[in-house]
Amino acid sequence: MVLLTLLAAVTLGIVRLRNLFAVVILGGIYSFLMASVMIVLDAVDVAMTEASVGAGVSTVLMLATLYLTKSQESEPTHTPLLPLFVAVATGAVLVIGTFALPPFGAADTPANTHVAPYYLENSIRDTLVPNVVTSVLASYRGFDTLGEVTVIFTAGIAVLMLLKGRRQVKPGPKRPRIRR
Amino acid sequence: MKLDVVFRIAAKIFIPFMLVFALYVQFHGELGPGGGFQAGVVAAAMVVFYAIIFGLESAQKIVPPRVVELMVPAGVGIFAGVGVVSLLLGENYLNYSPFGGDSQHGQEYGIILVEIGVLVTVTGTLVAIFYSFVGRGRE
Repeated sequence: MVLLTLLAAVTLGIVRLRNLFAVVILGGIYSFLMASVMIVLDAVDVAMTEASVGAGVSTVLMLATLYLTKSQESEPTHTPLLPLFVAVATGAVLVIGTFALPPFGAADTPANTHVAPYYLENSIRDTLVPNVVTSVLASYRGFDTLGEVTVIFTAGIAVLMLLKGRRQVKPGPKRPRIRR
Repeated sequence: MKLDVVFRIAAKIFIPFMLVFALYVQFHGELGPGGGFQAGVVAAAMVVFYAIIFGLESAQKIVPPRVVELMVPAGVGIFAGVGVVSLLLGENYLNYSPFGGDSQHGQEYGIILVEIGVLVTVTGTLVAIFYSFVGRGRE
């Protein structure tokens, strides 16, 4: 509860502030709070990822971007009413959606009755791996994980092409004049 | 930044532990929380940390950009290659049973190999993106 209150406070800060440097730092704080929430929910590996990607690497990348641009957000050119309405409506729909979810940790939900018991009972017998998350990710659902790695690979290659492609053009000869 | 003694000493103390933690998360993944993705992220954060404190050039001396860019496809190659090897050994794609003496140990070895593939791709991608972002402003 304390964590969620802090999350809300940080979010309000991000929305209110116009100095992008402060916004980036608040974003890092937000990620750390989110990682703490994940630890409370017993998802330690997600927390680890969130802390190092969200708070660490992506904050640094944001700061590197700020170094290349200006660090003050420009004034909005239109009224914030329509975006506000869209955000509130989407939030309301999501909150209504949570009412239909089963209570947290309930044993008779589809997530806990379908294949999960098989994994829990047979992971050691099949793979000798006590951590079921690892055996599900890497062995039972190896295809999914291969797909995930391919997604990371594709995203990385795409970003590299975008960032590096321009650098090769820059130091080259001046752009030829348009012929008439 | 390079003259800041406190940061440099703190980084020198922290970085070995970050590396050990990344390797622990990687190879302890079957027993505790974590695995290739988490370990890769921690390892990449270590390189980024080093580059912030000691400068991009010295980081690129230790982890050259060419190596990093090769790591991006190499990890996917390891993962997919493990699948091909299990095909060649007469099993289904990505079924690791024939790797060890018995089916259980085969699964265990297969998981370890596959996690190494994940680690290589994740670390390579994050560090490569970091290098190209930070290297942009310096022309």
